[in-house]
Amino acid sequence: MGSAVRRMLNLVAAITGSLFPVFAANAQTDQAWPLISAGAYVAFFSPSSSKGKVPQSKPIVVKAFAMARNQVTNTDFLRFVDQHPEWRKTEVKAIFAERSYLQQWPSDLSFGAVGLVQNPVTNVSYFAAEAYCEAIDARLPSTDEWEYALADAGRNQKSVAQTALNWLAEPNHASLADVGTATPNFYGVSGLVGLIWEWTSDFDSFVTSTELRATDGKDSAQFCGNGGTGVKDTADYPAFMRFSMRASLKANYTLSNLGFRCVRDL
Amino acid sequence: MGRIVKTASLMLTAMLLAAGVQAATREENSAEPIIGQEDAVVTDAPNVPPPIKRDHATKVVIHLEIKEVEGRLADGVSYMFWTFGGKVPGKFMRVREGDLVEMHLDNHPDNKNPHNIDLHAVNGPGGGAAASLTAPGHSSVFSFKALNPGLYVYHCATAPVAMHVGNGMYGLILVEPKGGYPSVDHEYYVMQSDFYTKGANGEQGLQPFSMQKAIDEKPDYIVFNGAVGSTTGDKALTANTGETVRLYVGVGGPNVTSSFHVIGQIFDNVYAEGNTSAIMHNVQTTFIPAGGAAITEFKASVPGTFILVDHSLTRAFNRGALAQFKVSGPEDKVVYSGKMSDEVYLPEGSGIRVAEGVAKPLPAAKNRAERIKIGESIYANNCQACHQATGEGIPDAFPPLANSDYLNADKARAIKTITGGLEGKLMVNGKSFNSVMPAWELSDEEIANVMTYLYGNWGNSDVEITPADVKANRVARAE
Repeated sequence: MGSAVRRMLNLVAAITGSLFPVFAANAQTDQAWPLISAGAYVAFFSPSSSKGKVPQSKPIVVKAFAMARNQVTNTDFLRFVDQHPEWRKTEVKAIFAERSYLQQWPSDLSFGAVGLVQNPVTNVSYFAAEAYCEAIDARLPSTDEWEYALADAGRNQKSVAQTALNWLAEPNHASLADVGTATPNFYGVSGLVGLIWEWTSDFDSFVTSTELRATDGKDSAQFCGNGGTGVKDTADYPAFMRFSMRASLKANYTLSNLGFRCVRDL
Repeated sequence: MGRIVKTASLMLTAMLLAAGVQAATREENSAEPIIGQEDAVVTDAPNVPPPIKRDHATKVVIHLEIKEVEGRLADGVSYMFWTFGGKVPGKFMRVREGDLVEMHLDNHPDNKNPHNIDLHAVNGPGGGAAASLTAPGHSSVFSFKALNPGLYVYHCATAPVAMHVGNGMYGLILVEPKGGYPSVDHEYYVMQSDFYTKGANGEQGLQPFSMQKAIDEKPDYIVFNGAVGSTTGDKALTANTGETVRLYVGVGGPNVTSSFHVIGQIFDNVYAEGNTSAIMHNVQTTFIPAGGAAITEFKASVPGTFILVDHSLTRAFNRGALAQFKVSGPEDKVVYSGKMSDEVYLPEGSGIRVAEGVAKPLPAAKNRAERIKIGESIYANNCQACHQATGEGIPDAFPPLANSDYLNADKARAIKTITGGLEGKLMVNGKSFNSVMPAWELSDEEIANVMTYLYGNWGNSDVEITPADVKANRVARAE
């Protein structure tokens, strides 16, 4: 392929979304770290931090990145805490993780039943997730990156929403399902919805804090008065729920249905 | 002097009537000092916490635990309810005006979602929601002073709010006026709400929330107290004749309003919208908006079963908005005579049950087993409404078909009864009945099937009735 053609196609991909994910063939992407090609998408909420004010419905350009196909598992995380004792459940500092950190693990270096080998790790704080990703030369996805990967260039969005709603209608099971069992989306990413919630790097920047509300008089997704204004699609209930969930979190929180996956820059 | 006192007393009475219940102003409640502290008594529907006897304001601590739980929405239909306290509707809370309420919102760690609470009794951003967004496994605390007395809805207001409310997150909080409400014999808590399921009404199994039906405002279920049949049969509300009853009625929505009515009762008093200033008297049906509430009061004058409905009637009869209120005690024939006449109105020609032009012949049954099978649905469509699914009938109204001496003694007479109708006094199993059964416009085949079903069930004589038997004993209809 000539470089001029490649440039043009890259430009097309950047504008229309990632219809041709094969261009940036890169050693860093493979089946475990599929490429999320560059593109534009319209955020559900625009960030309300001062640096990130973006008018509604203006597309945000997302650069190409690699995203882990699956969430981080108990097995993955056990290897991490083995090598990084400061993140073991009895060692972790209270400011980095609340008491329920890894509470389902019977001890520092065991996650218990063999059946949990491929379960996503949950009850991990933002700090722990961030440290894990750093340790494997990766990082947490931004909310835009995560949502962009889920948007899948517009493919199958009805079924994505239904998967999320079905998950919410299910009672909690004794254990979570294994990662990677859901059919991957077009990029090759599995189970973004339907298994657990996932941390994003800027989870706390989409909803104004109490302090911000006091100064700019603007409420947001925290409650219904403004929950329905200024969003891309008021009928996308699962998206509301993801943003409500993120808004309810603090970086040291550990929840039994909240885990993470990492991404890498290309 | 005496005259002045009398005039003053009359004026006072008039003022009280006009003023509704004795309540304070917002400013007075704001200024009222807080003395002491107590834990709130909270209750699940249909129960209501006891009236507040305090003559001062206090600090009331309320712990409300949010739980996402699977529960029964209708027979064979379950649903993941999101609840304030484990049930739908949420806990009934009762405080006094002027109280300082310290609200602890505890989001159970097994829950998947963050939640918050918006109490319509709060003066403040989001009704408390702005201060109470709570992740699973966490607890939020905020306090408010109850400045305005009345009956208020509370609900979760986490986005998407219609889904949180649609899954059952609402309840009532009563801010009791200083003077309290007049004493009654029974207080009950009833809340109407609408549910949107992926499957149609009645579709069995665990049903997920339907986002599309919610947005289209097409509920599959409209129910009282969280489920079809939540307040019927053994779980009906009860009172004795002569007793007074107060219903605290709320509508959780998320969308559907209520034309709240109790069949066979007139509300002596309605505090529309739960207000304290303008009590209405002699009300048949009271409108309750979504996110609103009303207090209704009446006296149970005569015994019987009274049905609570949303008088938008297909909601009651097709989507579940029915509850029962059972009054027991002696009859008062002056207030209500019961049925007085023995006479029968039999119109000329066939009964109105004949639907012209839509007769659809069923295949003839080949054997007794097939007769019983086909007969069961004929029974369900024609007989069950009076004689009941169990064949037990209804005492004093519709005679039993189960173990029925009348039925078993004479099958030809039974055929005549069905084909020709029956009126007047009748003894069945030692009990006297005096009512009317119309003549049934059913074919020989259909009557043979339904009778074989009757005889083949409930301890009856097991005989088979053939179409020839029916034809031989049929009462000819006057044309």
